[in-house]
Amino acid sequence: MGQVTTAEAKLVAGGGAAKGEDRATTALPGEGKEVVLFVENMRCGGCLRGIERALNALPSVATARANLTTKRVRVTGKAGTPSTEALVAALAEAGYTARPFDTRLIETDEEGRRLLRALGVSGFAAANVMLLSVAVWAGLASDMDYATRGLFHWISALIAMPAVAYAGQPFFTSALQAIRHRRLNMDVPISLAVILATSVSLYQTVRGADDVYFDASVTLLFFLLIGRYLDHLVRAKARDAAQNLLLLRATGATVVGADGSLQFLPVERIAAGMTVLVAAGEQLPVDGVVAEGQSSMDTALITGESLPATVTPGDKVFAGTVNLAEPLRIQVTQVGEGTLLAEIARIMEAAEQNRSRYVRMADRAARYYSPGVHLLALIAFVGWIVAGAAWQDALMIAAAVLIITCPCALALAVPVVQVVAASRLLRQGILMKSADALERLAEIDCAVFDKTGTLTRGELQLIDDQDLNDSELAAAAAMAANSKHPLARALVRAAQQRLGSVTAATDVVELPGRGLSRSLPEGEARLGSAAWLGLDQGRESDSPELWFARPGQPPIRFAFEDALRDDATQALQDLAKRGVPAEILSGDRFGAVRSAATALSVERFAAEQGPAAKIARLECLEKEGRLPLMVGDGLNDAPALAAAHASMSPSSAADISQTAADFIFQGSHLSPVLEALDVARRSRALAVQNFILAGVYNVVAIPLAMAGYVTPLIAALAMSSSSIVVTLNALRLRSSRDPS
Amino acid sequence: MEALIYLIPAALFLGLLGLGAFLWALKSGQFEDLQGAAERILYDDDDEEPAPKQKDDADHKP
Repeated sequence: MGQVTTAEAKLVAGGGAAKGEDRATTALPGEGKEVVLFVENMRCGGCLRGIERALNALPSVATARANLTTKRVRVTGKAGTPSTEALVAALAEAGYTARPFDTRLIETDEEGRRLLRALGVSGFAAANVMLLSVAVWAGLASDMDYATRGLFHWISALIAMPAVAYAGQPFFTSALQAIRHRRLNMDVPISLAVILATSVSLYQTVRGADDVYFDASVTLLFFLLIGRYLDHLVRAKARDAAQNLLLLRATGATVVGADGSLQFLPVERIAAGMTVLVAAGEQLPVDGVVAEGQSSMDTALITGESLPATVTPGDKVFAGTVNLAEPLRIQVTQVGEGTLLAEIARIMEAAEQNRSRYVRMADRAARYYSPGVHLLALIAFVGWIVAGAAWQDALMIAAAVLIITCPCALALAVPVVQVVAASRLLRQGILMKSADALERLAEIDCAVFDKTGTLTRGELQLIDDQDLNDSELAAAAAMAANSKHPLARALVRAAQQRLGSVTAATDVVELPGRGLSRSLPEGEARLGSAAWLGLDQGRESDSPELWFARPGQPPIRFAFEDALRDDATQALQDLAKRGVPAEILSGDRFGAVRSAATALSVERFAAEQGPAAKIARLECLEKEGRLPLMVGDGLNDAPALAAAHASMSPSSAADISQTAADFIFQGSHLSPVLEALDVARRSRALAVQNFILAGVYNVVAIPLAMAGYVTPLIAALAMSSSSIVVTLNALRLRSSRDPS
Repeated sequence: MEALIYLIPAALFLGLLGLGAFLWALKSGQFEDLQGAAERILYDDDDEEPAPKQKDDADHKP
């Protein structure tokens, strides 16, 4: 995933909570008869079958075809576009969560098909030319006559030339592009070797000479195309993952008309000045000012604060925050590009420029490799001419040098390592979203963690509940069950754990920013802030709290904490053991950050950090020559995730953060961070080993080639064996044990 | 050596047949979902009637 463009940011700015299926009912122009759905929990063949069955059972559906690799289902209707709501509802009934895609945004994998076609053609040519070449090599030692050999060469030429012309195109076009930009990439020596070997061989065939290199040029293409296709596979998978995330975000909001009518509009049709209705539990799609209503807003994803903020008419609210308590009417001030979310996307884009300058290891190696190889071939050619050889022979030797130095270690082994690494990570629930992320992750030497939702679970928990008695907890939880406030929900969760079930009390009124009030026969019971209960103790509490007062009884305090992930301490220790010190950058209050840092024995921490401050800290680290890994989940982390050398997000993170991160990990543990780091480092070690193997091979083979001792048979053997050795070495990643 | 006159064309023809089959498979989208294809073979969807309820329960449900 390269960078979030403004168009993507616009999509992201839509927010996630509004229901996607509603969006599809306001059909956009240009949508065909086909509907594409993304089914998040399609995991096995059983799901595949269940999904197709559920959809095919609908009368309006002509065909439904699920794709397990991309987790998408293509549905065509019998007459016109099938209703997306019906499809989503049918899938929901079968137990699958589906969300519709905007079909216009889906690209087909034309590049992958082109590479596979080229691979098929070069494979066919390689097999048949090799068949003839082996006969010729055997014939050289025995009794093949001149005419038969000539015939075999001609047949080889007829097979190899069209095959090279077709299958070589991916390399030729890329080499041409590089030369046009006055650069050298790996494809320049590859193209040169293939073209030179083929044309010299043709000349030799016409001349009736003994040695031709048709087999070398087509097998070279075949091997390199395998590497190219594997590389493409990793990129395509990463791109699909990024797209799946991104496309889910095109949502909308309920707009209140002048006559009071309600209408659901996609986010791109909402304009400043409109009034939108945001129900409790919904995420805001736009920035605005509260026109009517009073509620609590969960800003955790924006600021990293674990406690919600109270809003009243006139307060500014931002896209991406979640309305917790009461429905709000919001006057839209800004949409799309103008929202805070889009603003953050812009900071992100700027921060990402840094990363897009990253050059992959193979490309870095190619910078030195390509000129070196060209120089050697040139020296061989000139040297032999000077030594008095015929120009045809000199050219033949130069071609042999180019063939023998073919960068298979770079072009084949590196993609193999990446494919194995990506599938290994995926099995551990870690999604890799960018192809060069693995290399960047292997280089990091310090880690920066966000607190809320990353080191912690992002969920408040009741503490010291031993001192509380069951009846008090039950009474408080019964009131709390009426609210969506995080503290109230945490109280209900704690009560459910201890008492089994909680019945919601009746006659409870929620007063946003204060608490809950319940009228009992003997008076009013209150559950809320200390200030509202008149219990001002003159000091700010370190942890979030709720007070509960019933008529005639002393008030009770419930204290909460955002508990750390179970293995957070262990994970940070293990990171330190691997030479990666951690620090905390949080948007939360100082007290909360300090207590988390103390619990985790992290020395460096900073509290109340905004997106810009987080980037500043990362830049400072980079100035010191460090390469930081950023792990975060909030919207306020998104720019930092984009700016860091490598980044990871839990799957519970804000949409835009998941878009920005290189890796997304699932589950309630931090150990995936370690697993990813280990796999990345191991991949790098294997790549380096392969470079060394290739280096040794070249040291032996190049002098032989330059001295003119390399016959087509030796070239074919050397090339295949070196490719096989590096590939087998790369595959060791699959069998290597889990270090933990 | 006379055998070559028909052996070589035969080898090439068979090779081209394989290549043609591969290109056709590619064009008809059989390489779009390798994971799904590996699973699909386990299910017998040819019969029009829905499979017995019992079998459905054995399927993985998320």
